[in-house]
Amino acid sequence: MGNGMLGGYRPIDCDLHPMVPGMRALAPYVDAFWADQVAERGITTLDSQSWPVASPKTIRADWRGPNGRGAESVEQLRAQVLDRFGVETAILNPLYGVQLVLNADMAVAFTRALNDWTRAEWLDRDDRLRASIVLPMQDVAAAVAEIERLAPDRRFVQVLALALGENPLGKRSYWPIYEACVRHNLPLGIHAGSAYRHPQTSVGWTSWYLEEYAANQQGFQSSLASLLTEGALVKFPALKVVLLESGVTWLPAFLWRLQKVWKGVRFEIPWVDRLPAEIIRDQVRLTVQPFDAPAEAVPRVLDHLRSDRMLLWASDWPHWQFDGDAAVPPGLPEALLPRLLRENALATYDRIREGVPA
Amino acid sequence: MPKLIVGPVADIPPGGRKLVEAEGRRIVVFNLSGEFFALSDRCPHQGGSLCAGLVSGHVESPEPGVYHYARRGEMIRCPWHYWEFDIRTGKSWFDPKRVQVRQYPAHVERGAALVEGPYTAETFPVRVEDEYVVVEA
Repeated sequence: MGNGMLGGYRPIDCDLHPMVPGMRALAPYVDAFWADQVAERGITTLDSQSWPVASPKTIRADWRGPNGRGAESVEQLRAQVLDRFGVETAILNPLYGVQLVLNADMAVAFTRALNDWTRAEWLDRDDRLRASIVLPMQDVAAAVAEIERLAPDRRFVQVLALALGENPLGKRSYWPIYEACVRHNLPLGIHAGSAYRHPQTSVGWTSWYLEEYAANQQGFQSSLASLLTEGALVKFPALKVVLLESGVTWLPAFLWRLQKVWKGVRFEIPWVDRLPAEIIRDQVRLTVQPFDAPAEAVPRVLDHLRSDRMLLWASDWPHWQFDGDAAVPPGLPEALLPRLLRENALATYDRIREGVPA
Repeated sequence: MPKLIVGPVADIPPGGRKLVEAEGRRIVVFNLSGEFFALSDRCPHQGGSLCAGLVSGHVESPEPGVYHYARRGEMIRCPWHYWEFDIRTGKSWFDPKRVQVRQYPAHVERGAALVEGPYTAETFPVRVEDEYVVVEA
């Protein structure tokens, strides 16, 4: 550990995705009723079309195993990321289609199983690993209960929702979740992906994978605008929001528009009583895989952000965001690397900071 | 600073406003319950005419969902982009230090005092027994 190619920075990888091999893997983590239901109904898997297993983007070619899948074992994670890059701490964000389940009771059972699977199959097997608590957003009370159930395990450092979920994330019905997040020092992670409650775009259903992947950016924008305008960020100033696999470069242009119009119609949302960009700079963080800009444009984007605290490094393993060992997007200045690779994550995740020797 | 006689007090009732020009500058004068305030008519953003804007109150919020509405009639919104300015100070709400409308001192004087002075009132006669709104511009 520590001797990989970024090891000098003691990097913290903020977005990795262990992949559930199938419902059989979760069976030990549900009760007898749901175990039999899974078998009797023939529920084989909850792979979501947000991350189709066969899509080149979902698993990098040289990270796939002989079965065509990937990210199925701690051994793969060590070889492909942790040891290779000298990662000190890594945050697992499981993406499995539990958010798509419409039956809230089944969704809660499967989501709890997913979290327990993550704990037993991953966290218990490598001290460098941390994880997000995947939330069953189908039921707010159950989501709060899941936070309460798992928060005592300090290896859970964040909660996880999808960018394209049940409803805009700022809605006040979700606030008990954010109250629990603040109470337990857990940032709200929002990852690309849809629960397919609504078309993936505001103009309707997409036809292509490409179209949908790109549309996630609009979902992040809408989620962010909702958290701001509804007042969630103001109500919970201690709440950190981490956008995962969001891309970065859209943010300055979006904030320009949001803030420009806010100056005229801020009376709609008088609780937003300072510049929206300031609130977002204080409370929102973004992972940098993907970054979405050619190297020569990166300094300009960083200038637009007007903050060196917002960006968090991530490999996005096993998603194919980079080739070879180019795990830091090209164009990011070397002077930013200590913050990007480590310090910003420590400032974002209290629970990581508390366990780390200075 | 030269004084500009805007007009008789009765011309601008409470809640009313009047646009005047002085040496090419357009100035809008407001009556807030008998107090007079004069602002440049030019919005500092892109030059919209504040005189043509909506007058409203000021809303603040101690927390989401709670609206504290006060000072009805004391905020002017530029008709172009709805930026709001405090009629009493000319300051914008969202950036009061950097974004302000120029303010001019305004007050009421008796005609008897005004007919003596070297003041500008070209379009109407000043009568000693009336009161007039005067702007130093």
